[in-house]
Amino acid sequence: MAISGTALVLFLILHMVGNLKIFFGAEAFDHYAHWLREIGAPLLPHSGFLWIQRVGLLVALGLHIWSAAVLTIRARKARPVKYAHRKPVQGSYAARTMRWGGVIVFFFVVYHILDLTTRTFNPVADPAQANAAIVQGFAPGRWYVTAFYVLAVVTLGFHLRHGIWSGLQTLGVSNARRERVLKATAFAVAFVTCAGFLAVPFAVLTGLVK
Amino acid sequence: MSLKLRIWRQADAQDKGSMVTYQLQNVSPDMSFLEMLDVLNERLTLDGEDPVAFDHDCREGICGMCSLVINGIPHGPEKATTTCQLHMRHFTDGQTIDIEPWRAAAFPVVKDLVVDRRAFDKIIQAGGYISAPTGSAPDAHASPVPKADADAAFEAATCIGCGACVAACPNGSGMLFTAAKITHLGLMPQGQPERHTRVIDMINAHDEAGFGGCTNTGECTSVCPKGIPLETIARLNKDYRQALRAAS
Repeated sequence: MAISGTALVLFLILHMVGNLKIFFGAEAFDHYAHWLREIGAPLLPHSGFLWIQRVGLLVALGLHIWSAAVLTIRARKARPVKYAHRKPVQGSYAARTMRWGGVIVFFFVVYHILDLTTRTFNPVADPAQANAAIVQGFAPGRWYVTAFYVLAVVTLGFHLRHGIWSGLQTLGVSNARRERVLKATAFAVAFVTCAGFLAVPFAVLTGLVK
Repeated sequence: MSLKLRIWRQADAQDKGSMVTYQLQNVSPDMSFLEMLDVLNERLTLDGEDPVAFDHDCREGICGMCSLVINGIPHGPEKATTTCQLHMRHFTDGQTIDIEPWRAAAFPVVKDLVVDRRAFDKIIQAGGYISAPTGSAPDAHASPVPKADADAAFEAATCIGCGACVAACPNGSGMLFTAAKITHLGLMPQGQPERHTRVIDMINAHDEAGFGGCTNTGECTSVCPKGIPLETIARLNKDYRQALRAAS
């Protein structure tokens, strides 16, 4: 859970930072999208790095879901009779929604790939036109896309808030002195990642990015 | 005080069990929670009914026998308090109180509110000990221990093994209990020889007993009557990581 999660979190941060390129103008963003396909050239073929990354992410995601499934099955088996009256005492909202939150994020990722990678659901089919795909994809007329995006990113934020700290605890990095700092760091990373991802559709909606 | 009690009644391990409602009058706010149940049981006995079975022993908060999930919280609403040290003044007149046993596959119900906690013994037997030469007691300070380590080890050693951590855990995990013993022994020089085998063996025994996996929700530490910190689990994880590396 923690190791696969680490890979996914690192990707998310890079992805979020990359997205912010859109604030440097359409040309800069399209150029960034083009560069992603040319990383490692001429040693790697066109999109070679992307495919290596995709395979790596798929493995990490697979392991993450597999670990989550094992933990969920074990949890079900460990409490065959439920409480009639159950009250969470401390567990944060984030900690309690890891499983369903993860499912929501998973479905979003599937949709997100069909929308902005394969462009199946996107009005802009040309893969070179990254900026146009974002601007038209988040157009006010497609408000439901933006709504789902916001829901997924906020869910992801909660997932990260508990997940990052929990991962550090699982890897044995945490201790009494560091616990507060690590929890605050997890919150900060979750918040900044969330804000970074949300900045793009809101910039499109307000006309900041054209 | 008058109370409406909804208590889990289950004749034996095979019985399906259900929540049964009892009205109880004239409860003194100075009674402990267990004394309140004693009053109920006296009445049930006089009425020729089967009294409610519940675990208890020292009634001073140190033995770890009392259990009870009270209104959804193991050991009730007070922080760092065992059920026997919980007093009725923390409840209000006319309140409905739900009383259930610990719910975990590893802690099967024996009768009513009594559960079998021998799964914890299995975890301790797997590694919760040190090997020491027999003979007379060693000289005091023969093996110096830094004060901070001694304090942290003592804090972990105050675990009374009641099982509230398992009862509160959404995963039914016994990780806080296991981690308390790993921390207690791992901080002492006497605990070093078995440090690596201890963590592996205890985790294996924990998993075999049917406890769930830890997802760091922190429910355990918040209901722990001894306030065993979540940090102990990080220490367990670190020991586990180091033990795996040493083994490979």
